[in-house]
Amino acid sequence: MVPPVGSAAIKSGSSDAKAWLLLLPALAFLAVFFLVPLGQVVFFSVMDPGFTLKHYTSFLSDSFYWRVLWGTFQTAGIVTIFALLMSYPLAYMIVRMGGHFATVMLLIIAMSFWTSFLVRTFAWMVILGNNGPLRAILEAFGWSPAPQLLFTRFSSTLAMVHLLIPFMVLALYSVMKKIDMNFVRAARSLGATPFQAFHRVFLPLSAPGIVNGCTLVFIMCLGFYVTPVLLGSPREQMIAGLIGTQIEEFLEFGEASATSVILLLVTLAIFAIYNRFVGLDKLWG
Amino acid sequence: MTALDSRANSAARGMLAGENGTMTKAYLEIRDLVKSYDGWQKAVRGISLDIQKGEFVSFLGPSGSGKTTTLMMVAGFEKPTAGSIRLGGREIAPVPPHQRNIGMVFQNYALFPHMTAAENVGFPLRMRKRPAAEIAKRARDALAMVGLADFAGRQPRELSGGQQQRVALARALVFEPDVLLLDEPLGALDKNLREHMQVEIKRIHRELGITTIYVTHDQTEAMTMSDRIAVFSQGAVEQFAPPLDVYLRPATRFVGGFVGDSNFLDVTRGTDGGLTAAGLGALDLPAPEGDRFHGLIRPEAIGVWRGGEAGEHCIVSFTVEALVNYGDSVLLIGGGHGLSLRARIPFVQATDIHEGNTLQLAWRRRDMHLIPA
Ligand SMILES: Nc1ncnc2c1ncn2[C@@H]1O[C@H](COP(=O)(O)OP(=O)(O)OP(=O)(O)O)[C@@H](O)[C@H]1O
Ligand SMILES: [Mg+2]
Repeated sequence: MVPPVGSAAIKSGSSDAKAWLLLLPALAFLAVFFLVPLGQVVFFSVMDPGFTLKHYTSFLSDSFYWRVLWGTFQTAGIVTIFALLMSYPLAYMIVRMGGHFATVMLLIIAMSFWTSFLVRTFAWMVILGNNGPLRAILEAFGWSPAPQLLFTRFSSTLAMVHLLIPFMVLALYSVMKKIDMNFVRAARSLGATPFQAFHRVFLPLSAPGIVNGCTLVFIMCLGFYVTPVLLGSPREQMIAGLIGTQIEEFLEFGEASATSVILLLVTLAIFAIYNRFVGLDKLWG
Repeated sequence: MTALDSRANSAARGMLAGENGTMTKAYLEIRDLVKSYDGWQKAVRGISLDIQKGEFVSFLGPSGSGKTTTLMMVAGFEKPTAGSIRLGGREIAPVPPHQRNIGMVFQNYALFPHMTAAENVGFPLRMRKRPAAEIAKRARDALAMVGLADFAGRQPRELSGGQQQRVALARALVFEPDVLLLDEPLGALDKNLREHMQVEIKRIHRELGITTIYVTHDQTEAMTMSDRIAVFSQGAVEQFAPPLDVYLRPATRFVGGFVGDSNFLDVTRGTDGGLTAAGLGALDLPAPEGDRFHGLIRPEAIGVWRGGEAGEHCIVSFTVEALVNYGDSVLLIGGGHGLSLRARIPFVQATDIHEGNTLQLAWRRRDMHLIPA
C-alpha cells in the first residue's frame, strides 16, 4: 500500500515547525544581544546628533586611521603566517603518529581552549616583563642589557600567535585526518621520495585546511583587543584598541561606531571572498 | 628466539643454493618472512615463497590472514620483523619504497583527486624526471592500453569505479615496474564488471609478461587467473601450487575446506594395514604414509547410482534432508551410514529427487583425496 501523500507532508511540515521552535531561544537571544546593539552601533555611527556621514569621512580622509588599518592587516598577516608555520608540522605529526601522542596533543589543545585569552595574556606579561625570566635568560647569555620586550609589537604578535595556534591546528587537523594515507603510499610506490610525496600529494590535499585555518586566524586577529592592548606598543595600536581609546579616552562614540562598522565591513568582505571561493559551510571542516 | 632460528635456517638454505649452482633462482624470493605489529602477536608467521619471473601469483585467504601485510612488506611500506625478500637476487629490505620499482594498485584505487587521469598516469614518470613530451606520450599510451584514451582530461571523481580501476592500473604499469602488486583490486566492483576486469588484467599480464602478485579472497578469481595460488591462513601459507593442484590435491584440511565445497570423511588405517572410512568400510585405496587422514571428496564428484557393476565405485545409501537448486545443478544435503554428505549433481539428473527420498550415491574411489590428519 502506498501511504497517502498528504499525511506524510503534514507530518514533515509539523516537524519543521517544531525544529523552528527549537531555534527560537537562540534566535531571540541573538536578536536581543547581537542585532540590537549592532543596530545601535550603526545608528551612532551616522548621528551627531542629527544624521551625518562625517565620522566616516573623517576616518577615510585621515592618514592616521589608514595607518592603523594597514598596521592591523600587517599584524594579522604576520600572526597568520607564523601560526600556520608552527601549526602545520604539529597537526601533521598528530595525524601521522596517532595513538597516545595524538591524544595528549589534542588534549593540550583542548585545554588551551578552556583557558581564557586574558589569563594567557597575563602569563605572557609575566614572561616578557622587565623582571621576567626571558630577559633574565637573554642577559645570562650575554645580551646585556636585554632589549625591552613588553609593550612592543613583537610581544603582542608573539602572544597572538600562541593564542591562535589551537584554532589553526584544529582547522588543519580536521582536514588532514580525512586524507587517506594510501595516497601517500601510492605516491611512494610510484617513485616519489618522502618529500615529493608530501609536496606533490599531501600538501595539496591539505590545502583546504590551510585556507580555513588562515581565514579563521586572520579574521580573529583583525578584531583582537585584549592582547594588543595589554602587551603591544601604545604607539602602534590595532584597530580594536583604537576603538577602545576613542571611547574610553575621548568619549567619541560616533567615531568609535564608524570605526567598528568599517572593521565589520572589512571582516564581512573577507568572509564574502572566502564564501565565493570555498563556501562558508566548509569553514569548520 | 624464533626469529633468530628462522634466520639461521635461511642462512643455511642460502648456502645450499649457493653450492648448487645449477638451481634456477626465483625472481622474487620471500624467505621466512615474519611480521609482528605489536611485538607480541604475529600477523605473518614465517612465510617462504619463490616466485618466477613473469608469473601470476594469487594470495588467497580469509580476512586477517596476512595477505595485505605480506604485500606491504614487498612494497616496502611495512618493515619485516624477520626474514628476507630478494628481487632479482638482491635483498630489498634496505631499499626505500620509491626505489623498489614496484607498481601497486590499492583496493580503493588511491587515485590523486587533485590530478586528472593523465596527470595521475604521468606522475611516476614526472617523479623519474622524464622529459615532458615523453611523459605525455607514455601516459597516453598507457591510458590507451586500458581502453581510456578518451578520458585523459577527467578528474578521478568524474570516472566510474571500473574506469578509476583502469587508471590505477595504467598508473602502476606506465613506469615499467619489475613487479606488479594488486591488493583486492576488484573488491569494490559489481560482478559483471569484475569478470570483465579479470579478463582485462589477464590480457595485460599476457602482453607485458610482468611478474604479478594478486591479493583476493575470492577463490574463483584466484582459480581462473593464477599460474599459482598461495593459500593463506592465520599468517602462514598452507599451500603454494597451481590452481588445479590446490583444488584437487589440497595439502591441508584448511585448503580443502576453503577452496571449493567439500566433504571430509575420517579415514583410518585398519588392523590389516588397509584404509577404512567410518561408515564405508574398506576403501581399497593406495595407502600413503600415516595412520589417520581426512578423506576429501568434492560434492560434484558424487553422482546418483543407477545400479550395475560397482567396480571402482564407492556406493552409499543416502537420505535427502535438503535440496538446493542452483539452476544448472542441484546440491543434495543429507546422509546415511552415519555419514553426512553434500552431493552436487546436474539439474537434469535431479528432476525426480525430492526431500525425504532415499537413494544410492556413488563416487569413484580414486576421486577421494587423502590429507594427512
Ligand atoms: N597496521 C596494523 N597494525 C596492527 N595490526 C595490523 C595492522 N595491519 C594489519 N594488522 C593485523 O594483522 C593481521 C593480518 O592483517 P592483513 O591486513 O594482512 O590481513 P588480510 O589477509 O589482508 O585481510 P583482508 O582480506 O581482510 O584484507 C590482522 O590480524 C590485522 O588485524
Ligand atoms: Mg587485506
